[in-house]
Amino acid sequence: MGNKQTIFTAQQLDAYQDCTYFTRKEILRLFYRYRDLAPQLVPLDYTNHPDVKLPYELIGSMPELKDNPFRQRIAEVFSEDGQGNMTLNDFLDMFSVLSEMAPRDLKAYYAFKIYDFNDDDFICKSDLEKTLNKLTRNELTEDEVRMVCEKVIDEADLDNDGRLSLEDFQHMIVRAPDFLRYRNSDT
Amino acid sequence: MPPKRKNHLVIDIENVGMDVDADFDSESEDATRRRSRNRKAKPQRKARQVSDEEEEDEDEDKSPKRRGQRRRTKSRGDEDEDEDNGQQSVANKRSKASRRRGAKNSRKEQSDEEDESDKESKQKRGRAVSKKSKEEQNNEKKEKDKGKNGDNKNNKKKKAEKNSSPVSSDDSDEESEEMSEGELEALKEQVEEKKKLIATIRNKPWRMQKRLSVLKEAQDFVERFEGALGKGKGRRLYAFKVMMTKKLIKFNRDFENFKTACIPWEMKIKEVESHFGSSVASYFIFLRWMYGLNLILFGFMFGLVVMPEVLMGLPYGSIPRKTVPRSDQATEMDLSVLLDFGGYCQYSVLFYGYYNSDRTIGVLKFRLPLSYLLTSVGIFGYSLLVVIRMMARNADVGGDGGDDADFTFSWKMFTSWDYLIGNPETADNKYASITTSFKESIVDEQENQKDENIHLRRFCRVSANVLILCSLGGSGYLIYYVVKRSQDFAKMDPSSLSWFEKNEVEFVMSLLGLVCPPLFESIAELEDYHPRIALKWQLGRIFALFLGNLYTFLFALFDEVNGKLEEELSIKNSSEWALSQYYANYSAFYNTTVVPPPNVSPADVIRGPCWETAVGQEFVKLTVSDVEVTFLTILIGDFVRAFIVRFLNYCWCWDLEAGFPSYGEFDISGNVLGLVFNQGMIWMGAFYAPGLIGINVLRLLTSMYFQCWAVMACNVPHERVFKASKSNNFYMGLLLLVLFLSILPVIYTIMTMPPSFDCGPFSGQQKMYDVVMETINQDLPAFMGTIFSYASNPGLIMPAVLLMVLAIYYLNTVSKAYQQANADLKKKMKTARDDEKNRRNNKDSTNQMMKDLEELLPNKSLLPPPFEEDTPSETVSVKNSKQTKTKPGPTGKGVNVEKEVSLAAPNPRRPVTQAPVQRAGPPMNARGAHAEPGRGRGRGGPPRR
Repeated sequence: MGNKQTIFTAQQLDAYQDCTYFTRKEILRLFYRYRDLAPQLVPLDYTNHPDVKLPYELIGSMPELKDNPFRQRIAEVFSEDGQGNMTLNDFLDMFSVLSEMAPRDLKAYYAFKIYDFNDDDFICKSDLEKTLNKLTRNELTEDEVRMVCEKVIDEADLDNDGRLSLEDFQHMIVRAPDFLRYRNSDT
Repeated sequence: MPPKRKNHLVIDIENVGMDVDADFDSESEDATRRRSRNRKAKPQRKARQVSDEEEEDEDEDKSPKRRGQRRRTKSRGDEDEDEDNGQQSVANKRSKASRRRGAKNSRKEQSDEEDESDKESKQKRGRAVSKKSKEEQNNEKKEKDKGKNGDNKNNKKKKAEKNSSPVSSDDSDEESEEMSEGELEALKEQVEEKKKLIATIRNKPWRMQKRLSVLKEAQDFVERFEGALGKGKGRRLYAFKVMMTKKLIKFNRDFENFKTACIPWEMKIKEVESHFGSSVASYFIFLRWMYGLNLILFGFMFGLVVMPEVLMGLPYGSIPRKTVPRSDQATEMDLSVLLDFGGYCQYSVLFYGYYNSDRTIGVLKFRLPLSYLLTSVGIFGYSLLVVIRMMARNADVGGDGGDDADFTFSWKMFTSWDYLIGNPETADNKYASITTSFKESIVDEQENQKDENIHLRRFCRVSANVLILCSLGGSGYLIYYVVKRSQDFAKMDPSSLSWFEKNEVEFVMSLLGLVCPPLFESIAELEDYHPRIALKWQLGRIFALFLGNLYTFLFALFDEVNGKLEEELSIKNSSEWALSQYYANYSAFYNTTVVPPPNVSPADVIRGPCWETAVGQEFVKLTVSDVEVTFLTILIGDFVRAFIVRFLNYCWCWDLEAGFPSYGEFDISGNVLGLVFNQGMIWMGAFYAPGLIGINVLRLLTSMYFQCWAVMACNVPHERVFKASKSNNFYMGLLLLVLFLSILPVIYTIMTMPPSFDCGPFSGQQKMYDVVMETINQDLPAFMGTIFSYASNPGLIMPAVLLMVLAIYYLNTVSKAYQQANADLKKKMKTARDDEKNRRNNKDSTNQMMKDLEELLPNKSLLPPPFEEDTPSETVSVKNSKQTKTKPGPTGKGVNVEKEVSLAAPNPRRPVTQAPVQRAGPPMNARGAHAEPGRGRGRGGPPRR
């Protein structure tokens, strides 16, 4: 614990380390990343839990998210207010889940939330269409989109209710070969 | 008074339950306040808690019966709750638990005090105490159950029963001592539970705020009660243990921090990853891994061989093998000679020949020759171990998910985005590639695999492979021919040969290495594989090409070595003869038998060619030239090209960036293979040139920085960005193969070739491994020698080999059986799913025989009206979904099998009918008639007659 830092107390840092998958150094680095987004807003002293929120416009402009088609959703899911405005806690939370160390189940849970655009705890057709359009930048025709969505539901829907529930989603996603290296974010 | 208190208490509890965050801060005040009214309020609280418990049961209980009873009325509400806020329901649960725990804490605290201080006044309170303790026990039971059940909520009902029964049936004559024992147990368990919570809190999908507060609460709890456990000596010991665990945790955490801080180039690689996708990054990760491996190998070599010789061995110039011969001394420091690793370098610690053959050196009696041999072999052993462990780990993580293609579209939809991309250009490419892949699979799906297409593709693939085989064979023949020719040239006078004739082999080999990979790549266009698969093919093909080169090189080297051996033999004979002549002359001249050794400067002694050093030199030269070629290729092929394209574009007649030369792509396959083969060289050469590993470490270090820079500066992302997924293990497989292939020649030389007579640590031995025999015979106790002689007896080795073969066979069989079981389960799941789907879609069974049987059934009209069956099926459906939901997600491969079973089981139970109204509408159509028997077949007796 060499270098002195006065942003957090030792207890705070320890607690953050318990609650995230990060090391002390990474937490500090993330804090600076957070602060760099808006140096005039974020104080350099977090020992007394200041209530600071960064608007989505700033969060979404981070290089990690900038080119991500789902950046708005990600920010919304992880922000406390659901609008994409993030406190430092939300910010750490997001990167913790997106980091390499987070277990598959947790990632699957949040992935589900991200893809669930209308927050009804099911991925229904409209969610799928949105996802697909974001992924392909609206380059597919309506028919193609509809067909793909039908295929997806046909493949992954286990209980046949015409939409994907969390367990359908998990069942499908943990088998995906690409999900293993799913979203290793920065830091 | 009591009712008022009760009210207050209820409100209090509810408050606590509502506001979790506030709860933990106000915990202690609550506790003190409660202590005063504790006794009287208890029964009510008890009741309240039990009812709480039941409420929770209602929410969470998954046992079918309860569901069945309550569902009908509650299902809508429950669903709403679940749907709307899974988050919040978790929160509710959590807060309930914490509330209960909080309440209990306060009580516990109080009882502790009482146990310690108020023992003599027990009679006074008599009744009250026993009542209280009774309740505490109940609570403990509850808590214990809770701890045990943890995730397993199915048992909650049992708990509820337990809770409700003891209130009435508890006997009041239990002693408080026993209470405290049980209490301690419970406390301990609770503390354990809290600790577990602390350890796993990061896995909970909660908001950070909540996690922090829950963590704080749990930590406070542990803090507060950990010391209270145990008594007297035990307590002190326990406190000590607790303290030590705390220290240990802190240490572990610091160590983890330190470890991650020690991983180099993390940021660099992430940056590359964000620009080029994970496939390019996987090369750099591989490079970093290689660097780590080489660093360790270097540590071994340097610490056990090089350093002892430098520190304790004879200094430079003391004996012939450590001195540059007189004829070379004029040019020993010339740069051209040094760059060829001749002159001073040749007689330095870099090479085999420098090492002395004294059995022990220095005051420490360090056995250098033995250490040399063991380290060289140990390096192989360690590398094998590490590579295999890495492969096993990768395979473990990899799982088997990739092979069932049930979810093509779903996977494309949900996992095709590479979340590492942080660069607009790459993102554009990724978007394009995703769109194309979607379109491709749509077309595939629509055409349902056109036949002619398949045939054409097959034809293309076969012809591509034939072409590549032809070119491989051609290049093999070319190398063979060139090597043959070079052997003829070697017999001729070197001065009569042109430069080309002298360097023909190297020239042809590098030409092949330059021409063939692009050729293969263009042929591979024919095959039209997914780039990830294409990469593997490409890797395999270039690997075959390189392997041919490598082994040609080796055979040429062996020819050279054999020549050197003959030369050495003659030199050895002549020098021995000269020496004996000297002795004979000396004794004849001075007429004495005490002959001083001839006074010759070490530089003038006649010496053999020392073939080991020559081989080492070859390897070092090859490595260095490899580095040069790599760096030059990057400089010219990437940097200059990018430079020209970038700046000449302003004044050129066509668009250079979009048109012909464009920017280079990062050549993953070539780079990986270069790395792998380079490592093979290192492994082979390390025995002959201990310094080679050091050179390689430097090379990897520079190449890390240089290539990172080059890739960021002059390359563009691949047109079809694809993810690396599991090709890492493919690299490892190549590495393992190369390692194995490079072990062979080294072991061969160690076991069969006679070492040079006048250089290296094994000079004077018949065979290199004799040094081990010597140590066994002379330095170890006699019985060890006999043990070794027994162990090396063929009679013992053969059974050992046999045993290993049997073990391999057995394990192989077992793994096959597992695979079979796995495949069966998968098949089962798939059929269950298909069945399900079919029944849902057309209420028809897929099983033909079942259908026929149903046709035979006489009176379908006997079916009960569909209205009746609708409700149970509805409950079942909800129940099913509930059951699966509570299951903790699959945690790994091992669990998967189990999970699959459990997932598969509920499915065939009933067709899940979602809309009861619809079915109720047309009551007597043929489809409805089919549905019922199909259902009966699923599981259990149908509610038919």
